[in-house]
Amino acid sequence: MARVQQPIGFDVGAVAEVEESVERPLRGELARLPWTSFVIIVVLVLVAILAPIVAPYSPTEQSLPDKLLPPAWQEGGSAKHLLGTDPLGRDVLSRLVYGARVSLTVAACALLAGGGIGLAVGILAGYVGGRLDGFLMRVVDATLTFPTILIALLLTVSLGAGLRTIVIAITLIIWARFARVVRGEVLGVKARDFIALARVHGCSHARIMAVHILPNVTNTFMVLLTLHIGFVVIVEASLSFLGAGIPPPTPSWGQMVADGRSHIASAWWLSVVPGAAIMLVVLAFNLFGDWLRDWLDPRLRQL
Amino acid sequence: MQRYVVRRLLQSVLVLVVLALVVFALARVTGNPADLLVPEDATPEDRANFLRVLGLDRPMHEQLVVFLRGALHGDLGQSIRYRKPAVELFFERLPNTLTLVPLALVGALVLAIPLGVLAAVHRGTIIDRASSALAVLGIATPSFWLGIVLIYVFSIKLGWLPSARMGGPAHYVLPTISLGAFLVAGMMRLVRSSVLEVLDSEFVKLARIKGLSQTVVIWKHCLRNALIPVVTLFGVFFALLVTGAIVTETVFAWPGVGRLTYEAVIFRDYPLLQAIILLKAVIVLGVNLGVDILYAYLDPRVRYA
Repeated sequence: MARVQQPIGFDVGAVAEVEESVERPLRGELARLPWTSFVIIVVLVLVAILAPIVAPYSPTEQSLPDKLLPPAWQEGGSAKHLLGTDPLGRDVLSRLVYGARVSLTVAACALLAGGGIGLAVGILAGYVGGRLDGFLMRVVDATLTFPTILIALLLTVSLGAGLRTIVIAITLIIWARFARVVRGEVLGVKARDFIALARVHGCSHARIMAVHILPNVTNTFMVLLTLHIGFVVIVEASLSFLGAGIPPPTPSWGQMVADGRSHIASAWWLSVVPGAAIMLVVLAFNLFGDWLRDWLDPRLRQL
Repeated sequence: MQRYVVRRLLQSVLVLVVLALVVFALARVTGNPADLLVPEDATPEDRANFLRVLGLDRPMHEQLVVFLRGALHGDLGQSIRYRKPAVELFFERLPNTLTLVPLALVGALVLAIPLGVLAAVHRGTIIDRASSALAVLGIATPSFWLGIVLIYVFSIKLGWLPSARMGGPAHYVLPTISLGAFLVAGMMRLVRSSVLEVLDSEFVKLARIKGLSQTVVIWKHCLRNALIPVVTLFGVFFALLVTGAIVTETVFAWPGVGRLTYEAVIFRDYPLLQAIILLKAVIVLGVNLGVDILYAYLDPRVRYA
């Protein structure tokens, strides 16, 4: 799909037309809101916040007599442990509930940090242009072509596993994606007349970036944030799976899948259930992000 | 052309140097490098000995020189776990990964290209929607989990295929699927959008006006041009597979470089991990460079971009 060019020159009609087609009314869009995804996301967030109330047991409490119980609907399962128990007799449902907390906390921190850095770099590169732009975009290119997950693994070994490490690691992986898209948007905004007017009025460059550029890339930024939640959840799960996530006994979904791997023949639910949870959540966030993009910023379609 | 090659080469070397500095700095900034580079069970004398041999008792700038000189001579230190040179370990395992990655890449292409073309040609129909649903699902599926589910279904329940380690052709089936699967989704979308773009171009309309059949127009005129973005991204796909292999090889106990990476993380084997990262970077950057040069040769517009 061709990218719609930002209007240049004093053609007010053209500006109005573009604005109109970009900002569509909320009511029509609400009808197309992916309700299933929306409900899944709301439930997930509530469950994560209210984990101590929702979870039937403690996620770390062991009970060896109850080990490896199958889920309730299978033969031998009981209603006491809806999703069964693991080899240490811990309730899988409770661990899943607390795992949602870990996933969302990591996603939120990493997106704020990585997205924030990307936003700042993108605005700076796009607005200042010239050599700085050339340099920053080289760094972005290098980051994007390089398998950054390797650096993430290296960080874990040198800094030690933990929330801080995994957030730094994911920040390193995602910032460049934000920077590149934001820069492109800024280039379009920069060419518009109100920026030149602000300059004539005596605004400093810093003020223009903060007051005039930033609000104009906010929509794009929000869409990017939403579209990346799923990605970050998967990266977090992969790192946890590889033993580079939040260390045990704190439950995380990726680590639950990894732990269940050696019991796959006798206790399939240990791996399958948390994996299905990851898939469902990522799917919900991605579909929701697609909708938000179509509503707020359809020009980003190609992403 | 020469200028382009030289510029791209310098860029790659620069990335590599920066990476080497990061690897060097990470071990030192974050505390005592001795904890990371020397085995935990070493006696105090061993430890002092290690520090001297590794040059960790010298000032920082000298350490850097020692590190870089070693790296240039192919010496990236000893693996703590295996007590062998890390570089040697890497090259022992590399062939096993290099049999898996191309298979997954070819498999993904064979599946993604026809699906992408079909989706584009039948735009908006049930075929398009089904394939885009497949893509959305593919992107949301964690590949480590897919591998485990495949093992559960095809090895444990049905007993059709082996679940772990290397062996005959049957051993390749599940790892290839689980490694290639996540590429298919992205590739299919790429092929679809680029076919749609080419379908709209003048020469395709001309081919139609000339009276060529739909099949010839699509699979010959259109596909050739639509595949350009796929070729451009070949380096990126390769890098993704190298990363993906860490997870896949871990799930399938495949004795390749990916599995070695996992072991290095699990056993906190810093020297081994730093060697793996630098060597993988050389390979990924090398492939990227090769693809870019080939591409610039084929399409002169790239050189002046």
